[in-house]
Amino acid sequence: MKKLKSMLKVLKSGFFTTIQDTGRFGFRDKGVPISGIMDTETVYKLNMLLENESDAAVLEITMTGPTLEFEEATYIALGGAELSITLNNEPISNYKVLKVNAGDILSYGRLKKGFRAYLAIKKGFQSSLVLGSRSYYGNITPKALLKDKSEVPFIKTALFDPKITGLKVDSILDEELLHVAKGPEFELLDDKQLEMLFSQEFTIANENNRMAYQLNETITGHTFSMLTSATLPGTIQLTPAGKLIILMKDGQTTGGYPRILQLTDKGISILAQKKAGDTLSFKLM
Amino acid sequence: MKNFPISIRPFGVHAVLIEWPQEVNDRILNDILFFSAHLKKECLHEGLWELIPAYNSLTLVLRNDVIQFDTFKIQLEQWYSEKKAITLEQKYLWRLPVCYGSEFALDLIEVSEKLQKTPAEIIELHTENPYTVYGIGFLPGFMYLGGLPSLLEIPRRSSPRPKVLKGSVGLAGKQTGVYPQESPGGWNIIGNCSVPIFNPKNENPCLVKVGDKVQFYSISKAEYDLHKIESEVGIYQFEKIKIDA
Repeated sequence: MKKLKSMLKVLKSGFFTTIQDTGRFGFRDKGVPISGIMDTETVYKLNMLLENESDAAVLEITMTGPTLEFEEATYIALGGAELSITLNNEPISNYKVLKVNAGDILSYGRLKKGFRAYLAIKKGFQSSLVLGSRSYYGNITPKALLKDKSEVPFIKTALFDPKITGLKVDSILDEELLHVAKGPEFELLDDKQLEMLFSQEFTIANENNRMAYQLNETITGHTFSMLTSATLPGTIQLTPAGKLIILMKDGQTTGGYPRILQLTDKGISILAQKKAGDTLSFKLM
Repeated sequence: MKNFPISIRPFGVHAVLIEWPQEVNDRILNDILFFSAHLKKECLHEGLWELIPAYNSLTLVLRNDVIQFDTFKIQLEQWYSEKKAITLEQKYLWRLPVCYGSEFALDLIEVSEKLQKTPAEIIELHTENPYTVYGIGFLPGFMYLGGLPSLLEIPRRSSPRPKVLKGSVGLAGKQTGVYPQESPGGWNIIGNCSVPIFNPKNENPCLVKVGDKVQFYSISKAEYDLHKIESEVGIYQFEKIKIDA
């Protein structure tokens, strides 16, 4: 019988590598975050290059990359953070359609710029669906991240003739300005808080992950008390102590801190490429 | 049906926040649930929208598209004024077994000292009345429960525990709840519920919905172990009682 699925062998997994798609929709009223790709701006382009469905699942590679072996031939496209990447020891570049053959080894080296790299594959990775999505989220999926010597299924593709073989991309990796809309509790902010929010630079704290990004600098706090209400990816919460917490894709679906600002979709992608110590500033739309 | 003064505000370009008066009560929650049911049934395209009720708010999220806020707001106001008393999804009172034994109730002694009650009195107060589910969030399947007797109000622990056992039942301020997963947490732990209401393997992963009620009852360690095994092999029958909307 013909084998339907081939395997991508994860020889080494890297720091934090997961499978992500466009996310899990329809369960937020049960407390399930949408999860999914952090930098959607990048992955949109990669799936387009491969002429995939827009919800095709990709590998999201954080900070340090994996070493991967392809069991069968297929086509891939890479993008997002810049790392030194080799295919069978030959350097390769982002935003190109690449053919890989059975036994080929893709190896990620040093991180040069950005924080999250993506590996898209023709027809998408075929790992199991949980509540309608392949996105890893440790609280509901069997795995929280890929481990060494694990395998990820894909469908082999012997021949593909792409309409476009590569893209020249306006990189978002250097962008430091995040456009924000007013959040539901924006009116709570006084002049001093507004001044502090929009005139200074902020740096990313060590506490940053797929759930939320915290910032090192604080603004003046508040004593406002509100009832718990929905939060979204990109919601910026202000704690009573004046700390800013930016919720991301695995972020909690409800919260009790004032939601002062809301990032744009592009802002979420820009932030997803930032790591501890990187700087950013906000501009009100 | 009486209408409340509601406010409608944009929440990014993909979502709209509707807020009722800032109070915790069943009348407001019911009005939110009626409006939510009306929107789902009569107004919004199924599958494109997510509706998230919590306490005094309803958030509508549109998947993959931008909301034209000004026109949508007028439309929502219209829909709210027209909303009829349609039948809500059947509500249930869920009876959840909790073992308040010392093996699980890490803080029961401390809580009873602080509140100047015996552990037995704490358990009696905690199981006396049903709680209303005002929201589900924070973690998958975490219920925000309202209606804690004021005699059980106690501040969070001064330092959170790095690891709280799945099923732990806690007290914090005006709130009580069950940790649906192992997680860090600062609530005072007084027991453990052996039967998970959330299971991602089920098509409907969460048995309880906003608007339902939950009442705890005290069980022994032996009963706890039995229910745990029953729920692990999938034969545990949850006790639920129909309640009027």
